[in-house]
Amino acid sequence: MQFNKIYDIYQKFEERNIIFSFSGVITSDFLNAVLDIVEAKVDYLEESPKIKKKVLKILVECVQNIYYHGENQLSSLKDNVAKKKLNNALVMVVKEDQGFLVETGNYIENHLVDDLKERIENINKLDKLELRELYRDVLANGTFSDRGTAGLGMIDIARKSGNKLNYSFLPVDSGLSFFTLSVKIS
Amino acid sequence: MENILRESSAKTPAINFDAKSGVLLLKGRSIPENSIEFYKPLNDWLDLYVEKPLDETTIDMKLEYFNTSSSKCILDLLKRLEKINQAGSKVSVNWYFESEDEDMEEAGEDYQAIIKLPFKMIEVEEI
Repeated sequence: MQFNKIYDIYQKFEERNIIFSFSGVITSDFLNAVLDIVEAKVDYLEESPKIKKKVLKILVECVQNIYYHGENQLSSLKDNVAKKKLNNALVMVVKEDQGFLVETGNYIENHLVDDLKERIENINKLDKLELRELYRDVLANGTFSDRGTAGLGMIDIARKSGNKLNYSFLPVDSGLSFFTLSVKIS
Repeated sequence: MENILRESSAKTPAINFDAKSGVLLLKGRSIPENSIEFYKPLNDWLDLYVEKPLDETTIDMKLEYFNTSSSKCILDLLKRLEKINQAGSKVSVNWYFESEDEDMEEAGEDYQAIIKLPFKMIEVEEI
């Protein structure tokens, strides 16, 4: 049975053309390893340097977004199971006929869902020039946390991708939802 | 005044801030989780340099790419250079980007729109 389960997973990866996948705790060292692996794999697929760089940049932003938000949320939580869940994430890079997808899944506290949803919805309404204006405005006038983050991440991801952000929030229990994000690079 | 000379790492750019020549360099990737910590010594250095700047100051921004956490720190750094310019040193920004890297070209234009300093956009094959 164990063998079949592994084969199942393998087949699913093959069907979707998942060239990189990680599920587990996101740490700061994690990013270095991921970038090396993804860079090598994208190189192997002989994509243009332009697409390759975009995949890496968007991957950095997505992973660091999860890392910061996981850390921020952890400080306010007392439930140990929920804490453990917030540390974890799924990160994938998918090869498509034209370009790539960077996809992530991670738990988020329910009370933060509406705000994030609204921010993504607003970003998805903007065209290329409007995104540029929003980015410049937040960069020049935004208030920044002590880590230098300012909600620029999502705007930057949308801007570099040039496509609408595909997302969902799946309710898990009374405290947590699962947030999925799929970013197209083509 | 002491110079700052740092090797690049997987997440941080090489730095060469030379008080004798007035030439400052950032080169490579800037994607640290805690950008404020990384950029603080550079900003502190500029806060000293502004006291007695050379007649001319040049900054070579040869960044391959940077995360959004670095983008605010880079803005702070350029704002300090604005002050150095006001203090009488002629500051120029050389913004390098690789051919076809429209993201880094646009990033240079973003700063150009916010910062009142002359920018020279320089396209190169490889940074």
